Amino acid sequence: MAGTSRSAGRTLVVFGIGVAVLFGLVALAGSWKPALGLDLQGGQRITLRAADDDVSSEALDEAADIVNRRVNGSGVAEADVTTQGDTNIVVEIPGESNQALVEVVRRQAQLRFRLVACSTVRQGPCAGAQEPAPGDQAPDGQNPDGQNPDGQNPDGQNPDDPTGSANRPAPALAADDETTPTEDPTGSPQDGTQEGGRQAPADVEEALAFKDAPGQPSITAFSQATCPLEERPDDGPGEPLVTCDDDGVKYLLSPSVVEGTQLTSAEAGQDARAIDWQVQLGLDDAGARAFGTVSQALVNGRQQFAIVLDGTVISAPTMEAVITDGRASISGDFNEQTATDLATSLKFGALPVAFEDDPKNDTIGPSLAGNQLSAGIWAGVVGLLVVMLYCLLYYRGLGTVVIASLLTAGVITYGMVLLLSQGAGFTVSLPGIAGLIVAVGITADSFIVFFERIRDEMREGKSMRVAVEAGWLRARNTCLAADTVSLLAALVLYIFAIDEVRGFAFTLGLVTLIDLVVFFFFTKPLVTWLGRFAFFHRGHRLSGLDAENLGLDRLPGVAAGGAR
Amino acid sequence: MSRFSRLGSALYEGEVSVDFVGRRRTWYAVSAVLIVIAMFGLFAKGLNFGIEFEGGTEYAVTLPADQVTQDTADRLREEIAALGIEDAEQPVVTTSGAEAILVQTESLELDEVDRVSAVIQEVTGATADDLSLSNIGASWGRDIIERAVLGLVVFLVLVVLFIWAYFREWKASVASLVALGHDVVITVGIYALSGFEVSPATVTGLLTILGFSLYDTVVVFDKVRENTADLRARRTTYARAANLAVNQTLVRSINTTVVALLPVAAILWVGVVQLGSGSLKDLALALFVGMAAGAYSSIFIATPLLVQLKSGEKEIRLAEKRAGSRRPRAGKAAQAPAKTGGTSGATSRPEPAPARPVRASASAKRTQPSRQTRAKRGKR
Repeated sequence: MAGTSRSAGRTLVVFGIGVAVLFGLVALAGSWKPALGLDLQGGQRITLRAADDDVSSEALDEAADIVNRRVNGSGVAEADVTTQGDTNIVVEIPGESNQALVEVVRRQAQLRFRLVACSTVRQGPCAGAQEPAPGDQAPDGQNPDGQNPDGQNPDGQNPDDPTGSANRPAPALAADDETTPTEDPTGSPQDGTQEGGRQAPADVEEALAFKDAPGQPSITAFSQATCPLEERPDDGPGEPLVTCDDDGVKYLLSPSVVEGTQLTSAEAGQDARAIDWQVQLGLDDAGARAFGTVSQALVNGRQQFAIVLDGTVISAPTMEAVITDGRASISGDFNEQTATDLATSLKFGALPVAFEDDPKNDTIGPSLAGNQLSAGIWAGVVGLLVVMLYCLLYYRGLGTVVIASLLTAGVITYGMVLLLSQGAGFTVSLPGIAGLIVAVGITADSFIVFFERIRDEMREGKSMRVAVEAGWLRARNTCLAADTVSLLAALVLYIFAIDEVRGFAFTLGLVTLIDLVVFFFFTKPLVTWLGRFAFFHRGHRLSGLDAENLGLDRLPGVAAGGAR
Repeated sequence: MSRFSRLGSALYEGEVSVDFVGRRRTWYAVSAVLIVIAMFGLFAKGLNFGIEFEGGTEYAVTLPADQVTQDTADRLREEIAALGIEDAEQPVVTTSGAEAILVQTESLELDEVDRVSAVIQEVTGATADDLSLSNIGASWGRDIIERAVLGLVVFLVLVVLFIWAYFREWKASVASLVALGHDVVITVGIYALSGFEVSPATVTGLLTILGFSLYDTVVVFDKVRENTADLRARRTTYARAANLAVNQTLVRSINTTVVALLPVAAILWVGVVQLGSGSLKDLALALFVGMAAGAYSSIFIATPLLVQLKSGEKEIRLAEKRAGSRRPRAGKAAQAPAKTGGTSGATSRPEPAPARPVRASASAKRTQPSRQTRAKRGKR
């Protein structure tokens, strides 16, 4: 028996070291307060749900990435964009709310066609006197380390190299090969500019003028900007735009000539010879008219225009033909995948996934959040205290074991929550707190099963110390089975739980696991170790294991009278 | 407390015994009544689905306690209705707990949301910080229900498999599933009667109950299995052994239930009194009712049902017969006496350990050996 209690002592020491290590890690992580969820610190949560249930996780991730850029580009600091489940994207802004953001998130991406006045690969009018515009030279690289006309970067320049995206030629825009322009759009392109389309066409002349002479303020803005831009530029349709593409090429762009809303179709397809992949576009009437004008102006000298998505240039093709029927194709160094991607972006407005019109919008005012936090803490404190009190009243001396175990479990849980906050981005939400509180019951139950078993064994006539070991063997199995069920429930809940309530399942499962650890490596050794003391093994009146309490005339193995 | 502890001992020894198994008709009847009440609540009153299911816009305004009055609520209702927004013509304005007022409308457009927010701030003098809102489209709820149902099905399948694997007994699976259904129906019914809003938290609570109900049943069945392991050697019937098992775990069941319910009650109290609305309250009510029903059903429904299901088995019937020939009067185990005196403890308890009369001697004051013989100790 002495051996058992010595090894119990050892287990306790090792357990203590384990807890110390846990908190050592917490100290390394450096935060002693858990990260609070939105419902406890206030803030706004916008949830987008895909219109179609069948969305690939890559597409969802990509969409989340785009939403993230969009939100953070709109000047909201610290917005947190994550995917949730198979279909949702959640935007969370802790600590503040901004109803306008719903619009930012919800709106389809802004797709605009603009004319390129200058770019870092083709200085154009921005080059000033010392650098004449190489107007007749097709740009040969969109990429930052690709060629610069001034030869700043001479190596790696190989415009004819079809492989290697670093040197991919700029896409070219041509009349759609597959549909010859049999019918002329009503009215000449010039007429279109006078009649005016929805927004853009009226500005076409202005845009064309801008392309050739952007004016000093724009040129200054262009030369001062560096790629990548720190903030998403303000993509106003009537304003010129200084922006970059993903490869780091900087552009000065004219006001918008065609809006994304004028785009009627975008498909990936192959050209007539079925060799190269291209993206085929369809424009509505007004768009077609504007585009016709632009193409006439640009085709001469194969100048570039840019397709701008949410302020970022996604493609800057040259104009290779006059396109008046609104059907154009962007060709270039596409393969099937990149062509499809671009078509998808154009079609769905940046997001590769179509989302339902009404995002879910939750805003939690800091006042309510404060109330909820204090309510959660109150419920926790009260719940824990009444459980401790009940156990103390019923189990007396053993009740202190319950209290010690609950406190230990609490300390470990707190440590784990801190670690998970730091390491895995876990945040404590109100349902999470509820899960912790409910788990107090589960944890205490393990001890009750154990103690009742010990008492049963003593009623069978075993001494306290023997009863502890015998009772342990049986209580252990019961608790393992019961905790398995709890874990199973928590797991299923976690997988199927809805949105915010998931925190409940998580903490419930977490505490169930911690309960097992505490039960095996703290409670059991503690009871064994306490068995060394006469207070317990001789059945002191307050130990909870005295004869009267057990309903026996006297304790087995203890002289009548016991340790009173 | 100590009287309760003594009761535990008496229950363990079989001195005091509640006839859970034999009087099953009574318990079934009690449950039937509860279920009828629940059904009444469910169909007559109906569940009050929250905006997560129906769509809508809900504002919660946190105010000083003296401002949370019916008067403020009435003024808010009039002012918002006066805005002339179609979806906010009939706002539902209620006080919620001590420090908040809730305003619910149909789902609003963005600019309408702002207009209603402005009116609320104007009427109550609250700042933007005091204002919380949820705006949810009508189609949103579809998802929640689908996932809840899917979760339920997956959980039930897992549970059946787990219990079957643990007890090697499909009848145990059936009995615990029936108990589970019983708990869920009662919880849903009482929830409907309470008029609380059904939110995702409610659904979570309901799914959690499944775990708890089962957990309780597993513990009780574990003891039943232990007690009924070797009916012949114990000279008892399955029904009596099972009943003893329930009695022996009764104290634990009560303690467990109390200990589990106390924290939930704390959450419920805080949720209702302090917050008045929201996920805490919904979760806690579902859990509270469900846990209580779960404790009841594992004792009063699951075990008697298990006995009933197993009563047809050959082995069990043989044990009944043996018992019948031993004690003709108590032939039918189902009619075992509700309370057996201390003397009959020996018959209802499989392994009595009576203190042998010991002759007074010089060593009489020494504790007498209480170990049982090797044969009786067995390998339990």
